[in-house]
Amino acid sequence: MISAFFIFNQKGEVLISRLYRTDFKRSIADVFRIQVVSNSDVRSPIITLGSTSFFHVRINNLYVVAVTKNNANAALVFEFCYRFINICKSYFGKIDEESIKNNFVLIYELIDEINDFGYPQNSEIDTLKTYITTESVVSSASVEDSSKITAQATGATNWRRGDVKYKKNEAFVDVVEVVNLSMSAKGTVLRADVDGHIQMRAYLSGTPECKFGLNDKLVIDRNDKGTVSDAVELDDCQFHQCVRLNDFDADRSISFIPPDGEFELMRYRATSNVKLPLRIMPTVTEIGTSKVSYDVTVKTNFHNKLSATGIVLKIPTPLNTTNVECQVANGKAKYVPGENVVVWKIARLQGGQECTFSATAHLTSTTTRQVWARPPIDVDFQVLMFTASGLIVRFLKVFEKSNYHSIKWVRYLTKASGSYQVRF
Amino acid sequence: MTFRAPKKGENYELSVDLNSEYREKRKDAIKRVIASMTVGKDVSGLFPDVLKNMQTEDLEQKKLVYLYLMNYAKTQPELVILAVNTFVKDSDDPNPLVRALAIRTMGVLRAEKIIDYLCDPLQKCLRDENPYVRKTAALCVAKLYDLKPELVVENGFLEHLHEMISDSNPMVVANTVAALTDIHIAATSQPSTSSSDHGIFPITTNILNKLLIALNECSEWGRVAVLNALSRYEALDEKESEHICERVVPQFQHANGSVVLAAVKVIMIHIRGVHREDLIKQLIRKMAPPLVTLLSSPPEVQWVALRNINLLLQKRSDILQNEMRVFFCKYNDPLYVKVEKLDIMVRLAGENNVDALLSELKEYSSEVDVDFVRKSIKAIGQTAIKIDVAAERCVNVLLELIDTRDIFRKYPSTYEGIIPTLCANLDELDEPEAKASLIWIIGEYASKIDNADELLGIFVDSFTEESYAVQLQTLTAVVKLFLKKPDSSQGIVQRVLNTATKDCDSPDVRDRAYIYWRLLSTDPGAAKSVVLATRPPITIPRTAVPPALLEELLGEISSLASVYHKPQETFVGRGKVSADSLQRKGTELSDERFSRQKALQTVAAGQQSENLLDFDDSPAAEGQPSGLAATEVYSHTSAAANLIAGTSTNPLDDLVSIFGNTAPTLAPAAAPAAAGASHDLFGGMDFGGSSGSGGLGSPLTAQPSGSQVTSPVSSQPQNTQEDLLGLF
Repeated sequence: MISAFFIFNQKGEVLISRLYRTDFKRSIADVFRIQVVSNSDVRSPIITLGSTSFFHVRINNLYVVAVTKNNANAALVFEFCYRFINICKSYFGKIDEESIKNNFVLIYELIDEINDFGYPQNSEIDTLKTYITTESVVSSASVEDSSKITAQATGATNWRRGDVKYKKNEAFVDVVEVVNLSMSAKGTVLRADVDGHIQMRAYLSGTPECKFGLNDKLVIDRNDKGTVSDAVELDDCQFHQCVRLNDFDADRSISFIPPDGEFELMRYRATSNVKLPLRIMPTVTEIGTSKVSYDVTVKTNFHNKLSATGIVLKIPTPLNTTNVECQVANGKAKYVPGENVVVWKIARLQGGQECTFSATAHLTSTTTRQVWARPPIDVDFQVLMFTASGLIVRFLKVFEKSNYHSIKWVRYLTKASGSYQVRF
Repeated sequence: MTFRAPKKGENYELSVDLNSEYREKRKDAIKRVIASMTVGKDVSGLFPDVLKNMQTEDLEQKKLVYLYLMNYAKTQPELVILAVNTFVKDSDDPNPLVRALAIRTMGVLRAEKIIDYLCDPLQKCLRDENPYVRKTAALCVAKLYDLKPELVVENGFLEHLHEMISDSNPMVVANTVAALTDIHIAATSQPSTSSSDHGIFPITTNILNKLLIALNECSEWGRVAVLNALSRYEALDEKESEHICERVVPQFQHANGSVVLAAVKVIMIHIRGVHREDLIKQLIRKMAPPLVTLLSSPPEVQWVALRNINLLLQKRSDILQNEMRVFFCKYNDPLYVKVEKLDIMVRLAGENNVDALLSELKEYSSEVDVDFVRKSIKAIGQTAIKIDVAAERCVNVLLELIDTRDIFRKYPSTYEGIIPTLCANLDELDEPEAKASLIWIIGEYASKIDNADELLGIFVDSFTEESYAVQLQTLTAVVKLFLKKPDSSQGIVQRVLNTATKDCDSPDVRDRAYIYWRLLSTDPGAAKSVVLATRPPITIPRTAVPPALLEELLGEISSLASVYHKPQETFVGRGKVSADSLQRKGTELSDERFSRQKALQTVAAGQQSENLLDFDDSPAAEGQPSGLAATEVYSHTSAAANLIAGTSTNPLDDLVSIFGNTAPTLAPAAAPAAAGASHDLFGGMDFGGSSGSGGLGSPLTAQPSGSQVTSPVSSQPQNTQEDLLGLF
């Protein structure tokens, strides 16, 4: 189990240090500083020295570190570190040195609450927020509240209070899909899949029982045999802990009592029939040793009522590029020497349209002729009301004792960030 | 207060503020104290001043004071006693949060004096009406056991915990299971006096049923604890195994990766008891999607998952049959993830997907990171050896990248056509490993290369300036040349033997030269049969981990041991355990361990004999030192290799690295050279495992002879294994 937990800044200074168990001294932090922070060539997230293992996650120039002394559960330790990071993000809006330093008292409270004796405890953000707050709580005044809170923190539905009340009962469902693409230089798709997650904001009174339906192929096929449907084949689904996994295992129905407010209801993965919203057609030729010419076309591949926004293409240039002359019909293109890329930004591109980028990169002559590794072109974008997997929310039913009427909203978004890559 | 800090400085100011009449000022001072404590300043002198602020309505302030106490209670045992009253009072507070906080803190104060006062409140809290307090109290028992096991036994806390497994609240059950498991582990590594053979927390059928019920209701972390306990259960019959598997399978859909892996572990253990083919198939089929989904997790979790998938594939190669594409590396994956993916891709390679794999590997070999490029190319070689029909395609890919010699060995006479291409590049090599590889090729095919003596002559001329690896390889190649073409190469062999025995300062090179010399002068026939012996063809083993160890590791999925592919004894220190107890444990386990050891030895022996047969091929394997020595040797060479890699300015770096990677002789050294993630770790662990006191700050002193024997043994085959893998 986790024996100690630290946060270091980039220089290796300790920002937070908490020993959960008694098998380490505080000085163990120095070992980490020497072995990892000041070592420029660390190539593994776990370092084991003797019987001591350091698990570290780097985020925004911080090291979040858990130290263990036994045959610890590695997946659990990393999941815990990431949970901590998410909690910080939710509490402070971001996680960096400044926010850690400014909130260290709160952080100590948090890490004491989410871990006891090295064993992770309830870490549901919404529940934590009810009793670990920035304002100080006076103990005697809130005995009743605390009883409720503790009951909730340990209850069967530890993610929800029983007494929630709203005037207007609403539920918002956001289907967000991240497309991963890896396309070869010849234009064949090496790998295309969708990591989807369904974000829900539930503002529902009482203890609502929800049923959620998707155009899941396995469900549709079973119900209406013979009819041709545009169902989606989901490779795998994972659910928030409020979803009854046994029900899903039995008949793939998704039923749950939602937490109050925002939460991630489910994650899914789809690999078949992925519709790629953007097609990138690059032609890059090296002219002698002094020039590289680029010709990149972006084409949208969806209905013309929709549009892609925030398109950013990062087109790599050789390391010895001096300058790049760019010509674009749409958007702005700029050479960024620090990253060795040309960044081409297009604010909006309607469905069925295309636009082209052409450029010439001038190279300096170098004494050592390094072969250019040609990293892939990376594309970021967003398309509203479009799902690359074809997933549709068929229904969201809410049942509650008081039988109120509830309004549901569904929104779809497909995006790519750092994972839509085209080789050339 | 008999002692006081000097009346100036930071601590003095803090002390004044801690005694201020204003509440806000005092609280602010406490925060500053905690801040100083965090950065490592000694604020233990303020103990009495901080203590005064303990009695407060303000929960936040109380938590801060408790935090301070936890840190310094041990250094101020006399003063802690002053806090006892407040603790005991708090543990009776009407507010459950305060009660839980008090019991949580008291358990970790580690001061002898306070422990005795802990029992009564703990007794009460274990029966508290509030589940939040109960779940905290349950873990507190484990804390107490860590400090003073006798007290736990005397007060009957253990029995109490056992009762709490039936608690109505799933969270309490989960923490109880965690606490009992913690105590169980601590107790089984202690010389046992009171507990029975099964340890403190045997999983009975009765407990099993309760756990299965709690599983669906408790929090994600609780599920991991419960699943871990389930994995220890020994099913009575097949029906029960089936039942457990069916109940656990839904957990594959959990959002938390550690729950998924814990479920995989339980299934892998209990599937052993399942004999119905269709059910086994179904379980394995259900396992694949969640494993693939783990690849969308953050890189660290991904890495843990990949290491475990690697293990699972060694046991059941059919799990992810059609999923190779998801293992294609993304350009911005961290190196440690990429390397793992490579290995898995090769494992998943088959006739139907080999083309996709090859084009992917070719792509990787033009990337920037030298280490990754090497491994990618090595992977092409492995594919060629694994899939016979694809060998030609592999060679074509390699030819474009220029390579190699392992493939030569499997298909000796097939690919000689490429030799001229290789020879043409002779001048452009400057990395010793690459040179050594090429020299091996020239020696091996001396009869087919017309100007072999000329080419080797170049190396003989510069013999003393070359690195030892190159020297050894030159020596062998020249001897081979002589045996194949005795007439034309008498001179060169004489010359090289002379230089090697007289001017060379490496004992390895000298010794080998003497052996050859003697062999050649006494019995050329024998020399021929030794030097030109046909080597056994290489095949890729499906498992890289010995079968017995594999079974053990599959039972520990998602743990560090499974990540390292090493038994936990090699890196888990036996800190406070007496030698005596381990001896006892040793005898208990001796049967199992003995058989495993034996299995390991056989594997090691087999591989070593293969290496010996090969000795002209891989000098590094020849005198392979064991255990600690091995690691040392590696780390030295790695430093050197690193230097070379770092300073090499040859424009044909890429090419060189391609060659470098194919030199099996130095492969084990080359791997840690660029600090390849896992190899490096293995190295580090060998230190810990075999040297005992090598680990930093780890009280490994009490390592009994039993485990000292096992660890080098178990790590050595690993080394050979590495070595062998290096060959491919």
